[in-house]
Amino acid sequence: MEACEKKRLTAAATRIRMDIVEGTFHAKSGHPGGSLSIADVLAYLYTKEMRVDPKNPSDPARDRLVLSKGHAAPALYGALAEKGYFDRAEIQKLRHIGAMLQGHPDMKGTPGVDMSSGSLGQGISAAVGMALGGKLDNAGFRVYTILGDGEIQEGQVWEAAMFAAAKGLDNLCVIVDNNDLQIDGTVREVNNPHPIPEKFAAFGFRVIVVDGHDFEQLEMALAGARTTKGQPTAIIMRTTKGRGVSFMENQVSWHGSAPNKEQYDAAMAELTARLQEVEG
Amino acid sequence: MADIVKKATRDSYGQALVDLAETMPNLIVLDADLAAATKTGGFKKAYPDRFFDCGIAEGNMMGIAAGLSTTGKVVFASSFAMFAAGRAFEQIRNSIGYPHLNVKIGATHAGISVGEDGATHQCCEDIALMRTIPGMTVISPADDNEARQAVFAAAATDGPVYLRFGRLAVENVTPADYKFEIGRGVTLRDGGDVTVIANGLLVGEALKAADMLAADGISARVINMATIKPLDRELVWQAAAETGAIVTAEEHNVIGGLGSAVAEAVAEKCPVPVLRVGVQDTFGKSGPALDLLPLFGLSADAIVEKAKAALALKK
Repeated sequence: MEACEKKRLTAAATRIRMDIVEGTFHAKSGHPGGSLSIADVLAYLYTKEMRVDPKNPSDPARDRLVLSKGHAAPALYGALAEKGYFDRAEIQKLRHIGAMLQGHPDMKGTPGVDMSSGSLGQGISAAVGMALGGKLDNAGFRVYTILGDGEIQEGQVWEAAMFAAAKGLDNLCVIVDNNDLQIDGTVREVNNPHPIPEKFAAFGFRVIVVDGHDFEQLEMALAGARTTKGQPTAIIMRTTKGRGVSFMENQVSWHGSAPNKEQYDAAMAELTARLQEVEG
Repeated sequence: MADIVKKATRDSYGQALVDLAETMPNLIVLDADLAAATKTGGFKKAYPDRFFDCGIAEGNMMGIAAGLSTTGKVVFASSFAMFAAGRAFEQIRNSIGYPHLNVKIGATHAGISVGEDGATHQCCEDIALMRTIPGMTVISPADDNEARQAVFAAAATDGPVYLRFGRLAVENVTPADYKFEIGRGVTLRDGGDVTVIANGLLVGEALKAADMLAADGISARVINMATIKPLDRELVWQAAAETGAIVTAEEHNVIGGLGSAVAEAVAEKCPVPVLRVGVQDTFGKSGPALDLLPLFGLSADAIVEKAKAALALKK
């Protein structure tokens, strides 16, 4: 990957991170930690990987993304705003009465949101249904779905995984955000889902483990998923919850709490400095 | 007179899907390892490329149905009422209902008439669960004639529809020229003293009850209210105003089903006594369906008794 490309992606991911902080601050609620951990993969997907057109958000031929970990909606909204689906000013209205941006993704109200989600374990099933629909029509679109590592404690995830592999849905790419934290503590303490790669492999997936904050690794993994035939792919991303805002990193308390003014200012200063450093 | 043919509405469902598939190339049928019982097996045989068995995983099946529908498919997801409305309630609510997706839930083996399988499989709560979901259409057809039409009507309607079918073979109770419309109740018999509003296999019992009441000099109106949601409130209000007493009859818990829906409507505009024939907030049990139905008060006798009680309450 060329340096300028990496810079472009880093800048996009940083702006998404700023949107996450901005949105949750103005909403006085939301889930910054698990949003920040997927900012990089969303930046890559919407900048480089997915064939989507913000001017035609319901194009039947488009690639689709289901945010199964729907509480990370601020990250998705940032990525969609970055792509140009809607005005960035919407971010400040996140979770407000009458706002386009609901607390969890709403496909009927927000352009670019391909599936309503938020109840954990359900998004992956919808993604599997979309992938099946694509196969039935010989449509070339691909379907991506992002799950939390806590989310995979839901049995429905494995029902969906079993079906996807049984039907050979190679147009499906499941991405697991393995930041190792959930509301009640570490995933190991709460109800250990590890080893995650082995579980998806046993269910019939091609499994690729990457650093979820490394664009080159993400590029290779997504290219690998695209060229895999006859089976779905699971990309297990090792990530840091709260990534990019130093005082939020690896702190479970930032799963579901919003920054106050002081914290907001500190976070935005850090991200602004990062953006300036990247953009030069 | 020709022999009376009895047919379970689950059979009507299976046949209607096959008939529908000819003119609807985007029709997809899903099942959860019950195709032989829900009668989607015929569709599976006729259209193997458009049938998917999701295995014993109803929650995932509803999610797959939701996803498929976003790609332009009309999806019928089939299981027993207990596992469709019950097990997969939240998937239906969040993945189908909230985004108002074009998924039809074909729920068979509803109610006490499941019979020998007993309480774990006798779902008498499905109507209550489904009708609380905003935007969900809820239909409980009475017989083969109506069930087939309901499947076609559901397929022609955009948005989620819950269709309730039975395991037990029942006689046709609607006339040959009967026309089913979503949201429209149909008066099968006119009467002025009391109205019996029924659906599912209680429609036949309601008609029998009307005969029995007539023998006692009581004129009972009988309405087949196949659509519980949206309820034909105008017809209910008319019946309340004109007959002054209502009895509801359904193969469902008296809490939350047709009886509740009718009582809610009546209370809002034209308060008259509403007595409810149905499962009296209890679980089912094993036994032959035809023995269980009267045991749980799902019979013409029970309707007659409630009709007389309702008459006594009339001012």
